[in-house]
Amino acid sequence: LLAERTNLAGVRHILLVLSGKGGVGKSTLSTELALALRNAGKRVGILDVDLCGPSIPRMLRVQDSAVHQCDSGWVPVFVGQDKAIALMSIGFLLERPDDAVVWRGPKKNALIKQFVTDVAWGDLDFLIVDTPPGTSDEHISTVEALRPHQLLGAILVTTPQ
Amino acid sequence: VLSGKGGVGKSTFSALLAHGLAADETKQVALLDIDICGPSIPKMMGLEGEQVHQSGSGWSPVYVEENLGVMSVGFLLSSPDDAVIWRGPKKNGLIKQFLRDVDWGEVDYLIVDTPPGTSDEHLSIVQYLSAAHIDGAVIVTTPQEVSLQDVRKEINFCRKVKLPIIGVVENMSGFVCPKCKNESQIFPPTTGGAEKMCQNMNVSLLGKVPLDPQIGKSCDRGQSFLAEAPESPATLSYRNIIQRVQEYCEQHQLQEEKIM
Repeated sequence: LLAERTNLAGVRHILLVLSGKGGVGKSTLSTELALALRNAGKRVGILDVDLCGPSIPRMLRVQDSAVHQCDSGWVPVFVGQDKAIALMSIGFLLERPDDAVVWRGPKKNALIKQFVTDVAWGDLDFLIVDTPPGTSDEHISTVEALRPHQLLGAILVTTPQ
Repeated sequence: VLSGKGGVGKSTFSALLAHGLAADETKQVALLDIDICGPSIPKMMGLEGEQVHQSGSGWSPVYVEENLGVMSVGFLLSSPDDAVIWRGPKKNGLIKQFLRDVDWGEVDYLIVDTPPGTSDEHLSIVQYLSAAHIDGAVIVTTPQEVSLQDVRKEINFCRKVKLPIIGVVENMSGFVCPKCKNESQIFPPTTGGAEKMCQNMNVSLLGKVPLDPQIGKSCDRGQSFLAEAPESPATLSYRNIIQRVQEYCEQHQLQEEKIM
């Protein structure tokens, strides 16, 4: 319980990026939002909880990075020369990028819980949580795991049709 | 009909494949929508608001034509905006019911439209249908690398669960301006598009379908794009792809009969 408080205790605002629909630009928006906030001088983290189709690593050109462990959990991947964006994604845990993550709900839930509580984010102004399409395991688990923390709100993305 | 990626046109393709196959009135076509969180098929088939009826022989599919029946969780919701917020096991339960309790009758083609990803729904449908021998999967993508990287995973999923791959469809492959007739790549194939991916992964490219704003409109209005825009280059592409799917199924059936 102490570890949980420590890892998210330094995060000021948590934003969820959601849509019911796939392919509308959630990951694109999450990435652009993070970059814009970084350019405005904020410390930003992105948590990519799309376990089947993680897009954020490629969008930030860190798809070949690996994650390490520290005393308080996983160290996120720091993006760019200034290392001002911290990123965690299942993309970093795959042996090969084309490996399918063929997991049923319970296994997905366990990893999402770990992603929320066991990543050593440090001090962040914003943590942006990018989600897969739908309203299922990933969404329920993410909201449940984030419930004790300062959840600012959700941004919903759509296209016109 | 699969994709690792969302929003690439799986449901659109499933709906048009169903219409295309059902154009032959001697064939009985069934369209099963197992996207439980985001069921698009009822709207695309013009069946919003329809309800499922129970009879002694099970659930009755909703019929678009005499020879084209549809089933979707969409028909079970009291309002189209109701969110289905279910974890995996509950979704699996419904998929099982769809397969076991729907009275499809004699069917020539069963098309299963899936949600994006490689999770419960996909594992379950492959598992539950394993005894019935799935002919194969059509995988849909768009040209950009962000889609392809998810689709490669889907191809590997199919190989892992020994699901034959009929081929890949590249949607949103270029846009021809109706005014100046210039072609633009709205989703540029920065890493070679589906063509290169198919070469690298040794799967068939069934075809490329250009963007046509009429497709989205027809889907929103629940009409068959193939019927509404018979002259569109996209219609020609879809029809060619549907024909290749038919040929694959016929060959597959011949091979099975030979074995027996």
